Amino acid sequence: MDFNTTDEQTMLRDTVARYLADTYSFDNRMKTVHSGKHWNAGVWKAFAEELGILGAPFAEAHGGLGGGAIENMIVMEEIGRALVIEPYLQTVVIGGGALKATGGALADAVIPEIIAGNVIIAFAYAEPQGRYNLADLRTTAKQDGAGYILNGHKSVVYSGSYATHLLVTARTGGAQRDAGGVSLFLIPADTKGITRRDYPTVDGSAASEIYFENAAIGAEHRIGAEGEALPLIERIVDEGTAAICAEACGVARVLHATTLDYAKQRKQFGKAIGEFQVIQHRLVDMFMEVEQAVSITLMATLKLDSAERASAVSAAKSKVGKALKFTGQNAVQIHGGIGISNELAVGHYFKRATMIESQFGSVDHHLRRYERLVID
Amino acid sequence: MDLNFSAEDIAFRDEVRAFIKDSYPAALNGKIDEGEELSKDDFLSWHRVLAAKGWIAPAWPKQYGGTGWTSVQRYIWSEETARADAIRLMPFGLSMVGPVIYTFGTPEQKARFLPRILSGDDWWCQGYSEPGAGSDLANLRTKAERFTGDDGKEYYRVNGQKTWTTLAQHADWGFFLVRTNSEVKAQEGISFLLIDMKTPGITVRPIITLGGEHEVNEVWLEDVIVPVENRVYEENKGWTCAKFLLAHERTGIAGVAASKRGVERIKSIARTELDEGEILLKNPFFKRKVAELEVDLSALEYTELRTLAGESSGKGPGPESSLLKIKGTEIQQRITELALEAAGHYGAPYYRGFGEGDNEHPIGPDYSHRVAPTYFNMRKTSIYGGSNEIQRNIIAKMVLGL
Repeated sequence: MDFNTTDEQTMLRDTVARYLADTYSFDNRMKTVHSGKHWNAGVWKAFAEELGILGAPFAEAHGGLGGGAIENMIVMEEIGRALVIEPYLQTVVIGGGALKATGGALADAVIPEIIAGNVIIAFAYAEPQGRYNLADLRTTAKQDGAGYILNGHKSVVYSGSYATHLLVTARTGGAQRDAGGVSLFLIPADTKGITRRDYPTVDGSAASEIYFENAAIGAEHRIGAEGEALPLIERIVDEGTAAICAEACGVARVLHATTLDYAKQRKQFGKAIGEFQVIQHRLVDMFMEVEQAVSITLMATLKLDSAERASAVSAAKSKVGKALKFTGQNAVQIHGGIGISNELAVGHYFKRATMIESQFGSVDHHLRRYERLVID
Repeated sequence: MDLNFSAEDIAFRDEVRAFIKDSYPAALNGKIDEGEELSKDDFLSWHRVLAAKGWIAPAWPKQYGGTGWTSVQRYIWSEETARADAIRLMPFGLSMVGPVIYTFGTPEQKARFLPRILSGDDWWCQGYSEPGAGSDLANLRTKAERFTGDDGKEYYRVNGQKTWTTLAQHADWGFFLVRTNSEVKAQEGISFLLIDMKTPGITVRPIITLGGEHEVNEVWLEDVIVPVENRVYEENKGWTCAKFLLAHERTGIAGVAASKRGVERIKSIARTELDEGEILLKNPFFKRKVAELEVDLSALEYTELRTLAGESSGKGPGPESSLLKIKGTEIQQRITELALEAAGHYGAPYYRGFGEGDNEHPIGPDYSHRVAPTYFNMRKTSIYGGSNEIQRNIIAKMVLGL
């Protein structure tokens, strides 16, 4: 049992933190958001070439740094701190995670391209009726000769507007919410028969509604066994959930630090508002929420390869979701009027915090999942 | 970072588990589950077994009688003792005055007091709070005036009143904060005295708490004569010892391992109690409270583990321990709330109200007998050791710089 990071992990954190502090200012981020593209190809290239972090969780044989879940946690926490909108989560953690888990020719071909920054993956799993149930799928992949024909509608696909590839869940059999009959595909985004409606999200990213109309793909695009992909999908979503918990910790740390700083500066009734005990205790409660979010995120990350993976991740996401609401709302409250202006960074951290609350499942969803796994 | 135990740690765990199984006093079995009040002999029986084994003070430096265990071994120890439902050890000697003596005491004080703390020969109590000094501890008024005795030696004459003194009725010795200078700032005129509880002039009066227990006391001191050699650290520097003790007291106060057992007890009650014809644990509202409790306990556990990792890399217990105190006690209180809620109607019978020698079988299920008294009793946890509001003040000042 050991809770200390290795020298390499500490160096990774320092390197990413320094790079983002130097280059990824809030103003630069907002320029990207306002550019209408909602991502910066140059930043992504720098992540690949200057920083080399896109290989953090991949094996050295694929050209990666030989890390895993801890490395993803470290990078994602820094991404949270800097409010990075580029798609490390979708491309490296989730897309890369699916390829890592299954291996084979597709992994050998695609992972090096992820590391090089050439492949960008968007995760098309949610559907309008499905809420947080990963098996509630109406999108179908019908066998057609050696390949499949895809039909269906995927909701709120983050990074869908600029991804080179889509990671798509679809039914090859079974009924709408069955565990069996679910398959996973990694397909080029420009496949014929795919149309999109792109839009900005409230937290500064781009997302898309994606429609499949008789989109024909080859069998080589399938990841894992036909009809048996649900456990793999649950696994990569758990890994993604642990990763956004880490992002959330970064976001929450900044929400707290910014608010603490503000409370020391802002004067009312002739003194800094941080001198009022009611504000002090609120800031302490935020501090405790953040520390506990960091702790339980660490737990979930360390248990990703254990039998307790699912319950640990759901425990973490429920706790982190509450921490985000508490720190986000109180950060705005303590800032007062200026907290609800769109100019200050704090409001944008609050927006990202709020979207993470429901991403991959709300507090209620994860508590119910935890109950089913641990208590029932 | 790695959650797995090494082969050495697993061997240690097995050794600890076997030792507890073989050596835990049989007379104590089940006493925690039923929430029974423990006698002095109950407390001391387990203490003496551990003292004989040399495992009584895992947190102490080895030179003073500690075990020399790693932080992981200490974690394993607390997990295993909780798993076995072992009674907790009294903290007053082992976790409070012991560390003060080995950190600030003279060689004579160390030689005189530490072995008897380890052996259990001396039972200690804590003379901190006063009627006018609760959260504002430095406002204490118990006065110690220095004088030269007829034998030519130096003494203090102590007058005042202490309160909330836990289990002082059993105590052989007490450590007291007393005012030795009233002319200076409150914190700068306090000294830390060790007082033999048999000294003439000491009166211990019980305070009965909400659960009906005699756990705390008032301690009156009238012209109590204490040799100056019983003062720890410098005169008027007692506040340094007091703060050190409070920070030490807070580590381990999270009580994670014991709370894990508490959650298991609630689940077991809720698997027995019926609600609308089904077990209570199927009631979605009750189940949700249990789930949230478990999740919060996991967060606390990993916060404590992170703190321990920090300590093993050289940091002593710092103001972060206030977080463990606040969240740990909140969870302990929620456990008692849920146990009472789970017991339903049978939370109400007052067992102290039944006569001795009553041969009838007890009223209600065994697990219900003390859920209400325990709930009432555990309200103390967010008040003692520096109230949870004071802990927030400490974090605000020491961690957040407010």
